Amino acid sequence: MRKVFVPLLAVAGFIFMTAPIMIAQAPYESTMGLVQKIFYFHMPPAMLMLLSAIFCGVISAIYLIRKRPVYDWIAYAAAELTVLYGALAMVTGPLWARKAWGVWWIWDARLTMSLLLWMVFVSYLLLRRYGGPGSETLAAGLALFGMATSPFVYLSVNIWRTIHPLTSVVPTLPVDFAFPLWYAFTGFLLLYIALMTLRVRIEEQRALVDQLYLESEE
Amino acid sequence: MSAFWRVVWIVARKDLAIEARSRELINTTVFFALSCVIVFSVSFVGEGGDGRALGDAAAGILWIAIAFSGTLALGRTFERERYGDTLRALLLAPGARPAVYVGKLVGVVGLLLATEIIVVPLVALLFQARLFDHALLLAALLVFGTVGFSCVGTLFAAMLGRARSRDVLLPILLYPVTIPVMIAGVRGTAALLQAPPQLDMARLWIMLLLSFDVVFLTLSLWTFESVMTE
Amino acid sequence: MSVDFLELSIRELSRNFGRRRALSRMSLECRAGEIVGLLGPNGAGKSTLLAIVSTLAVPSSGEVRYGGRTARELGAMLRGRIGVLSHDLHLYSELTARENLVFFGRLYGTDDPEMRAARALERARLADRGGDLVSGFSRGMRQRLALERALLHDPRLLLLDEPFTGLDDASTIALVGRLRELRSSGCITLLATHDLDVAELVLDRAVILHDGKLVANEDDVRGLRKRYQDRLNVGARP
Repeated sequence: MRKVFVPLLAVAGFIFMTAPIMIAQAPYESTMGLVQKIFYFHMPPAMLMLLSAIFCGVISAIYLIRKRPVYDWIAYAAAELTVLYGALAMVTGPLWARKAWGVWWIWDARLTMSLLLWMVFVSYLLLRRYGGPGSETLAAGLALFGMATSPFVYLSVNIWRTIHPLTSVVPTLPVDFAFPLWYAFTGFLLLYIALMTLRVRIEEQRALVDQLYLESEE
Repeated sequence: MSAFWRVVWIVARKDLAIEARSRELINTTVFFALSCVIVFSVSFVGEGGDGRALGDAAAGILWIAIAFSGTLALGRTFERERYGDTLRALLLAPGARPAVYVGKLVGVVGLLLATEIIVVPLVALLFQARLFDHALLLAALLVFGTVGFSCVGTLFAAMLGRARSRDVLLPILLYPVTIPVMIAGVRGTAALLQAPPQLDMARLWIMLLLSFDVVFLTLSLWTFESVMTE
Repeated sequence: MSVDFLELSIRELSRNFGRRRALSRMSLECRAGEIVGLLGPNGAGKSTLLAIVSTLAVPSSGEVRYGGRTARELGAMLRGRIGVLSHDLHLYSELTARENLVFFGRLYGTDDPEMRAARALERARLADRGGDLVSGFSRGMRQRLALERALLHDPRLLLLDEPFTGLDDASTIALVGRLRELRSSGCITLLATHDLDVAELVLDRAVILHDGKLVANEDDVRGLRKRYQDRLNVGARP
């Protein structure tokens, strides 16, 4: 684990340093102009938040079945990163939306689902912090349910209303736009993995300290 | 299989027996729901003599009242099992443990449906909302919505059992996960109240609620034993 | 496959909550027709051990075997052979004594729950209070009722957590008598208590727990108080 963290961080750091150059060189989008370039720093965190939430839900389910502590550590780390990346997405999003659409926020399917998912994982963190002993299992149940409810949130708001740009725009992006996007995405992804390894390692060390503490009393 | 339903029935009947004796939960839950409706309606009834609610407020107020009173009812249902630690006694019984979950669920759903029977006419009255024109569709919305909300709520309330801060944690955990139920319930009810009523929309929302119920009931049955083991 | 068993085997059982160790490599063997005591001060791990043996909790490591098989192998029906008298008594105070017994009788799938309830009320010396709500009972009365509730389904393994707390002398003697009857009928009884005086009256043997560890295994329970009083910081019985 520790061998991986520094190289990951270094590469991610390099990407973030050079990304602005790429982004500046990418062509302007026709209707939105300069402000559209927030997209390169908005979309990756947003997508990673979603993936992280799913990952946390899956790992939580495995934890409920297997009950091995390492799954709990990974789930906790994934939940924290979901909240972090979600916060990034929800700060950059409204900044972009204000200029592009004229409003800070709208209740469309994608936004509402992301917000609710983010809230589920904030409540996950609250549960871990304030729920007392035994909250690992409860939180795992919550993560699983949170993941399960997201398609329903998406669907229900979709039926209700929608303005967010269609998902299908990404595959059809011209390569000039696509390259900086995936470049930035890679940076965020590597950062995610680096932070995850670090966080899981912290939990691992904590468990090790507890174990040593117990053994020293034998 | 019948052993499962036997346990469900025994647990649910016990809850009913206790409730029938004091009627504490039903009285307080109904009155709380009524207070919610009245307090909210003061905020949402428009200007002018006819007292019509703003927009879809009637639908929204109904479902918020259900959610709030449901949360309280869930908390107090499991509070009853905390005194004397009887929830553990139920978990010690030889039947499948998820049967205990379903038994409690039946009780909670029954309590909420009984509350709705009283609250819905009140909302119709206060907001002059023609809720009973399509009573069957409305009933479907209420039943499936209540079941969905209670499914998740019963699991969360049970698992919060003796956790610290459980009173405030229940709504914090429950509301985000049950947002689809709220959306479907409110939009479905609002669809019924449109002029003319959008029956197809209402049916669509009912289908969404039904699939939510199926998914979350299944998930709850799978995870109940796991989350209740210390 | 019958789920009945004649021995209980606890092997190297440990349970940690982070840094707090509730149980540490605890081992114990019990046979049918024995009353084994779990002695130790509060926080020694007695309740945790009982929770694991009753299948309400899982250990961090180690295992419990019921007649050579684990709880997982035996499945949910194992719980039908276990009776628990917990410190919180597991009674519904909003129901009458009889209703409590009938409810649990039905829940455990016993034959003729009403008849068993009536018999249980007699054994608990509460036959005339059967129709009264449990909320009106004294601690001693609830204890007697709770014990009979735990025994309704004729369990093989009886787990008692501090059963003598708050009992007067007459009730204590009655409880001791009841436990001896159960021993003769082949029950395995695990009794957790911090009351050394009563322990001497009723136990066949005892294990002493301290901070989750087994510190002593006593086959001779006479004079326990003298030997262990200061060790366990247990005060004189009021």
